[in-house]
Amino acid sequence: MSSEQKILSTDGIPLEESLKQAEKKNKIKAFLLVTPLLLFLIITYIIPIADMFSRSIDDKMVTNMLPKTYKAMEQWDGKELPPEEVFKAFYLDYKILVENKTAGKLQTQLNYEKNGFKSVLKKLARKQKKFEEGNYKEQIMKVHKRWRNVDYWRAIKRRAPAYTYSKYLKGVDMYSNEDGKIVQVAEDRRIHRILWSRTLEVAFFVTLFCFLMAYPIAHLLATLPMKYSNLLMICVLLPFWTSLLVRTASWMILLQQQGLVNDFFVWIGLVTDDNRPEMMYNKTGTYVAMTQILLPFMVLPLYSVMKTISPSLMRAGKSLGATPGVAFFKIYFPLTIPGIGAGCLLVFILAIGYYITPALVGGASGTLISNQIAYHMKSTLDWSFASAMGLMLLTGVLVIYWIYNKLVGVDNIKLG
Amino acid sequence: MSKKEDFVKFDKVDKSYDGKVLVVKDLNLDIEEGEFVTMLGPSGSGKTTCLMMLAGFETPTNGEIYLDKNPISNIPPHKRGIGMVFQNYALFPHMTVFENLAFPLRVRKISKDNIDKKVEKALSMVSLSGFGNRMPGQLSGGQQQRVAVARALVFDPSVVLMDEPLGALDKNLRESMQYEIKHIHESIGVTVVYVTHDQGEALTMSNRIAVFNDGKVQQLSSPDKLYEEPVNSFVAEFIGENNTFAGEISSISNGSCKVKLAEGEIIANPISVKSVGEKTTVSIRPERALINPKDKMDNNQKGKIEEVIYHGDHTRVRLNLLGNSEFILKVPNSSQNLDIKLGNEINIGWNSQDARALDPK
Repeated sequence: MSSEQKILSTDGIPLEESLKQAEKKNKIKAFLLVTPLLLFLIITYIIPIADMFSRSIDDKMVTNMLPKTYKAMEQWDGKELPPEEVFKAFYLDYKILVENKTAGKLQTQLNYEKNGFKSVLKKLARKQKKFEEGNYKEQIMKVHKRWRNVDYWRAIKRRAPAYTYSKYLKGVDMYSNEDGKIVQVAEDRRIHRILWSRTLEVAFFVTLFCFLMAYPIAHLLATLPMKYSNLLMICVLLPFWTSLLVRTASWMILLQQQGLVNDFFVWIGLVTDDNRPEMMYNKTGTYVAMTQILLPFMVLPLYSVMKTISPSLMRAGKSLGATPGVAFFKIYFPLTIPGIGAGCLLVFILAIGYYITPALVGGASGTLISNQIAYHMKSTLDWSFASAMGLMLLTGVLVIYWIYNKLVGVDNIKLG
Repeated sequence: MSKKEDFVKFDKVDKSYDGKVLVVKDLNLDIEEGEFVTMLGPSGSGKTTCLMMLAGFETPTNGEIYLDKNPISNIPPHKRGIGMVFQNYALFPHMTVFENLAFPLRVRKISKDNIDKKVEKALSMVSLSGFGNRMPGQLSGGQQQRVAVARALVFDPSVVLMDEPLGALDKNLRESMQYEIKHIHESIGVTVVYVTHDQGEALTMSNRIAVFNDGKVQQLSSPDKLYEEPVNSFVAEFIGENNTFAGEISSISNGSCKVKLAEGEIIANPISVKSVGEKTTVSIRPERALINPKDKMDNNQKGKIEEVIYHGDHTRVRLNLLGNSEFILKVPNSSQNLDIKLGNEINIGWNSQDARALDPK
């Protein structure tokens, strides 16, 4: 390379630099054009996710309420009852909380950690007004015998870190016990795992049903003459343009026990009048409504791929001696895989986070993980838990995307 | 082995798509085994429809098609054993070249060793050995075309159909592919039915050409006969260049007739005219009319040069002759400089044998 002379532009600057300078302006312009979108993405996507993440692991509340206690506890090994300084520090912290009338929060939080903590703390709040200075260990232990139990002090210490992953454990029905070991919750309280598996199951079957129904429709759309295919396309898109709530509500009208579908079944004699099947407020309702609502997301990518497949390929296959079935599976089907991939991914990801439809037609056995998230957002106000589950859902989607990429390859997806 | 005369036979075939218009009318066509027959015609003339009926993708509305004496209208395409090369090659884009060629063999459940051998042979036939692992998308247009030809031949079909296979190639490639296909046909002796609208292609490659127009075969004959002896004015007009005079028969005798034009009278060769008073179109090939002929010719006329166009190897001269201002002459450039200048009057002569009096347009 050294023997090669650098190429200079006419005014003596090396060509490479000159090129960079000339392109700089264009690059800045191009960047400015995308900045609004970039800002929009940061504000509406990245920041909320970051906020969710910090909320889901944030455990500063207890830490901030008991600053002196945790300072004193740093030396304590947690094997036996803590020394006098810890008791003193706890007394001082708790006194401030009681005076500020914020002790309630601490009581609730510590009760999460160890059952029965609330009453102990309430009693202490009443009795501590009469405390004398010095020897707080004796005085506190006198208030309630549980203060002699080292488990309660360990419970306080467990809340020392400002960050915790306990919400994530709770999301999969686990918790870390007194000894800091991660164990499962009692069998009758494992509700989240059921919800996760049900969410995956519903998403899987909705994707499957959508695929089975959309494939022939998309094929028809791609092969019919223009005037018919336009009409069919409108039929596919019409529900798409209708409000989600309206569509879900109309399914409620159709599927309920006294609804049209049941009436029809009775009328044709499929079931007797007093034995109408329940098609709503269970998984059936969720399947039916979600499949219908998500169908266009499968039809459109499939259609866009099928449209590009020349009909002469099938003809070529047949002329070469393949039966129509073989020609379909060896030629047509493999060529539609990019569309199948895109449609399935789209429907699956949408289905896994679906909320309104299962909430309205799902009933108790048809609710999904997103309904649980909404429940914690609105009813228990445990936002950190809701955030943790939301992030777990997001991670799940990313994992599915990753697996999908390994299996099919994202480059092979065609969305349109 | 004697060749079967009517290996492929169209017997009174009609085809209509909408029940109102016949796209193919009363088609009768016999194709000999091992022959290269081209269906030539303008677009919409029904030639592709005929090919599709032979391949089995369309069914005749009426009549029957026979392959080796067996009626095939009720046989589905995949059982006909007819190879086909499509207009846009129709190579399977998700398969390698090898897999494309192996496809017809695999569906026939041929053993793996045999498949390897046959594919290799077919690839070398189109000089693409070593391209087996490429995907069709990585090949040039000409190479894809050759793969398509090889795929249509690899399973040894008795008939191969080609539907404007060279339409998407550029001019040079098209010409070299014409020879290549012709040579392949000669070396393996398969029956080829070829569809094109390019007359040059048809004349170069075929044993016989069927000129289609308006759903009918206008003329079926060898390329030279088609050019030299067109039987009607459509064929004369469609194949090659042509000078025409519209007129009326004023007298007719053995092998010769007099045609009265708007200005003057010429002697012509009566082909599809029989009696005095009939309207006719007289057709003369440009190269058959000579300037200042040395030999005596039975037609001699004076014409005025209206345009001279230089074409390298020859010069095209447009004359106003007997009221026809579109009369074209081809003058070879080697000849001594004649009096070809704009506005000059020159003598033109031709033999009455070459002036064919055909049906009126």
